Amino acid sequence: MDSTISEPDARVPLGAAADTGLKIVIVGGFGVGKTTLVRSVSEIRPLNTEEVMTQAGVGIDENAKVSEKNTTTVAFDFGRISLNDRMVLYLFGAPGQERFWFLWDRLFSGTLGAVVLVDTRRVADSWYAIDRLEHHGTPFVVAVNRFSDAASHSLEELREALSLSDDVPMLECDARQRESSKSVLIGLVNHLYDLSMAREMTP
Amino acid sequence: MIRRPVDLGDPDRLYIVTGGRHRTDDTSFDLVTLIVSECEPTPGMQSEHVRILELCRRPTAVVEVSAELKLPVTVTRILLGDLLATGRITARHPRPAPARHALPDSALLKQVLDGLHNL
Ligand SMILES: Nc1nc2c(ncn2[C@@H]2O[C@H](COP(=O)(O)OP(=O)(O)O)[C@@H](O)[C@H]2O)c(=O)[nH]1
Ligand SMILES: [Mg+2]
Repeated sequence: MDSTISEPDARVPLGAAADTGLKIVIVGGFGVGKTTLVRSVSEIRPLNTEEVMTQAGVGIDENAKVSEKNTTTVAFDFGRISLNDRMVLYLFGAPGQERFWFLWDRLFSGTLGAVVLVDTRRVADSWYAIDRLEHHGTPFVVAVNRFSDAASHSLEELREALSLSDDVPMLECDARQRESSKSVLIGLVNHLYDLSMAREMTP
Repeated sequence: MIRRPVDLGDPDRLYIVTGGRHRTDDTSFDLVTLIVSECEPTPGMQSEHVRILELCRRPTAVVEVSAELKLPVTVTRILLGDLLATGRITARHPRPAPARHALPDSALLKQVLDGLHNL
């Protein structure tokens, strides 16, 4: 291990051979447990940053001043998992609200897939995210984060409430538990693997 | 009219960059492109460049550079572009984003699964 004195904080650097970055996005409404999930599996303390963007028409005059009010700053947090010497998986906690979705392409294109975190007390918060992912063709699983004060609904009831098709896996999770969060990620990648195998079998 | 997100950093710098490198900007740095320093900082270098070269002695994702510098991703990309153009860093890009509705190959996903199981 490096123990350089000049290292100002507890940064954990990647191995020198790391060359393939991968992405998984955790989507869900405010307070649903995105950051908690990322923290429970990440090898680094979750970091956050922001992207400043503006919505503008394609045909905009190049010299036009971009007016302040069209810009949006989107903050997101992320964590990291080194999968092996070369591959490193980044987990992004992304806001699921409608007004952020124009960012999806730019920010999260090339993502392996998504986890939609659902709080059973606010199921409707997830409708929009699910709709957009389907529209986008981004594969996803739904993880139901059960808060203790929530009434219990069966996964089948929730599937109905979310109008989820049968081929989208649903999982229960407690984002505070590392093993639970880990199994959500494994559930997603298993799903991706199945989809990919099915596609590779089809001529 | 189609709505399309456009990056906005410091407008002046953004203008300089987009003015010169219109097309390449789209593909340059993904959030998870891994950056590696190819030299040590030199005296007189812009402080952000110094910080990047120090951070990236080991591979560091664009998004981590952004978080460590406390600068928006957009601005970070511009700084990285400066360093890349002068050969001070190299970039290890993720595999190209699969086309819409396409999936990564199963061999890659198998490696991801193995990595997660070993956590
Ligand atoms: N009971 C319970 N509480 C949780 C769970 N996941 C997150 N929380 C709590 O919910 C609150 C919001 O979580 P946070 O991760 O910040 O939500 P975010 O806005 O989606 O990032 C925190 O106080 C967490 O401790 C869970 O699985 N079960
Ligand atoms: Mg959060």
